[in-house]
Amino acid sequence: MVEWTEFERATIQDIFSKMDYESVGHNALARCLVVYPWTQRYFGNFGNLYNAAAIMGNPLVAAHGTVVLHGLDKAVKNMDNIKATYAELSVLHSEKLHVDPDNFRLLADCLTIVVAARLGSGFTPDVQAAFQKFLAVVISALTKQYH
Amino acid sequence: MSLTTKDMSVVKALWGKISSKVDEIGAEALGRMLVVYPQTKTYFSHWADLSPGSAQVKKHGKTIMGAVSDAVSKIDDLPSALSQLSELHASKLRVDPANFKILAHNLIVVVAMLFPADFTPEVHVSLDKFMQNLAWCLAERYR
Repeated sequence: MVEWTEFERATIQDIFSKMDYESVGHNALARCLVVYPWTQRYFGNFGNLYNAAAIMGNPLVAAHGTVVLHGLDKAVKNMDNIKATYAELSVLHSEKLHVDPDNFRLLADCLTIVVAARLGSGFTPDVQAAFQKFLAVVISALTKQYH
Repeated sequence: MSLTTKDMSVVKALWGKISSKVDEIGAEALGRMLVVYPQTKTYFSHWADLSPGSAQVKKHGKTIMGAVSDAVSKIDDLPSALSQLSELHASKLRVDPANFKILAHNLIVVVAMLFPADFTPEVHVSLDKFMQNLAWCLAERYR
């Protein structure tokens, strides 16, 4: 089981309680599709992803970014049981969506960078460590049911 | 994933914008790396103080960023720009090249924090590619 310090718990709750899900979700997903263009393979039916401007302006990307970010809510609310909480989503990503788990890390990195840009100096090294640990646990849980 | 002319001009333009804070970025990135990725502390067991903001961390962060800035100025020929540093890292420092990626990530986080408006996705992808190429050239002499 993952051990969380009080600081880590408080940090995660704080970041997500203040999060602008629409903006952050949109920006994180769009950034991922621009910086790591091979991730576009999962969004063949999203229409125009031809260049950075098209990706940033694409309403389907914006909407899906919000969906993905809200998916993290489950983990925020169940920090002591993330593995079980994500069992179904893990099966979904493996069996139905066929997402290479390495992509979870790429999106997590982009999310970290977007949150860092929003929080500025508030994104201290300790806050970054807590946030990245949280995302690593989520990624591990999402990868768990792959076989 | 080699650098296009566009990547090179984007990175140079970014450096123009961040040059006044280059030392701070280096110090912050290194300090952050030591906290967020504690395994990297193993390379600095000879330092008294590994906390962010310590004199040694600041000084070394500045050294590293100086080298990165130099690489930006010689971005058209990174292999020869980095050959001496590669030799140093291969024979003397023997830093596992996986750590180059870790430091690059932290550098990118700090740039995003300090220059949120300038660090657009297009700038991000070019800087990411540049750091990847830099890491590759730095590991060139390893084996």
